Amino acid sequence: MIRYLKLSGRFVFLIMLQVLVLNNIRLGGYINPLIYVLFVLMIPFNIKPWLLLLSGFLTGLTIDVFIGTPGLHAGATVFMSFFRQTVIRLTLGHRLPEGNLEPTLYDMGARWFFTYTAIMVVIHHTSLFLLESFSLKQVSAIIIRTLLSSIFTVLMIIIYSFIFNRGGNKT
Amino acid sequence: MRNLFRFLLQYHFFLLFVLLETISILLLVNSHTYHRAATITFTSSITGSVYESWNSITNYFSLDYQNNKLAAENARLRSEITQLKERSDSTSFINNEYTFKHIPAKVISNSVHFRNNYIIVNKGRSSGVRPDMGIISPEGVAGIITGVTEHYSTALSVLHRHARISVIFQKTGQLANLSWNGENYKTGMVEDIPSHLVVQPGDTVVTSGHSLIFPEGIMVGTITEYIEPPGSSLNKAVLEFSTDFNRLRHVYVVYNSLYPELDSLINTRKND
Repeated sequence: MIRYLKLSGRFVFLIMLQVLVLNNIRLGGYINPLIYVLFVLMIPFNIKPWLLLLSGFLTGLTIDVFIGTPGLHAGATVFMSFFRQTVIRLTLGHRLPEGNLEPTLYDMGARWFFTYTAIMVVIHHTSLFLLESFSLKQVSAIIIRTLLSSIFTVLMIIIYSFIFNRGGNKT
Repeated sequence: MRNLFRFLLQYHFFLLFVLLETISILLLVNSHTYHRAATITFTSSITGSVYESWNSITNYFSLDYQNNKLAAENARLRSEITQLKERSDSTSFINNEYTFKHIPAKVISNSVHFRNNYIIVNKGRSSGVRPDMGIISPEGVAGIITGVTEHYSTALSVLHRHARISVIFQKTGQLANLSWNGENYKTGMVEDIPSHLVVQPGDTVVTSGHSLIFPEGIMVGTITEYIEPPGSSLNKAVLEFSTDFNRLRHVYVVYNSLYPELDSLINTRKND
């Protein structure tokens, strides 16, 4: 019960942080860190796969409702959620997590968390910018935007984790 | 039947993934057509009120800048009033601009970094806002209203794939079209310029007034670069917007009070 409360609290906090604060940050005109993906990244390891997909869809759709881009963030976040298990399995190797560990900086260590976040964010941003332009015409522009935005998103996620994801005081 | 059920159960993860992606892409594709944008862009009262209450806090940070901008506009309007007074004393004339009415509004949500950007303002049906009205900032054009709810409305920003605005060069009065290529929110592209036309950097571009959405002569921007694509009789020019889309706050919804009349005129022409 407490776990679900905690998760929904984190959901609301990250959405508000994204919509009200980070969407106003436009580095160089169009680079916009998308920290809300962290909600999907931090969902506990033992979640049912179908529920993970639905959570991703719901997260993306909520952002879409606020920005006014129906389906764009939902599509990209579902795509990322689809690959979450594969990425976890690839980066963790055979030592699958035990007990109540969560895929967070505090529980799993900075090095693993960084690799995991970087891969997932690149998957998310690539699909997001491809969906947004809906063509392969401006490939170079898409690649540059994906790379630059990914760097800032990962940076934001790491900073957020160091501030809010300390032991004992998990947000 | 049992096999089908087993199949669904076995591949439920992948099938759900395909289903959710399909829903997303359908939503996305539908929102890309101009008029569906009006129905789908969410101006629901929930997102509207969240933005509104947040804006009431963040407003204070740009107060100084916004004040200066409005003061500058006031000064300009005062000088225009004196000029008009002088003119109206001697002659009576019908001016296009008098048929346009302004509704002051505040931008509560806006973006510049997407391929298709939308503006949400805090005036809706109750203030008389209807779809297809224009939005102008003190510095120039800003967008076109597409969706209206009771207290809020959404608009296509000029920074949108489907926002095409009919413009003229102030110096020569030649018609052209304005569009945005999605790269930089400070510059747009003036297209369909006849090749015999001489365009120089620094030329001023204003609205043509042909679309019935914007009044004639509203500032759009200044030309920074002239492009002659090989093998085409129509040239292009890069334009720097006079509106700073990143700092939109106080805007006016403009509408033509004779719009129904003009619209029916255009429709009868189409029926012929």
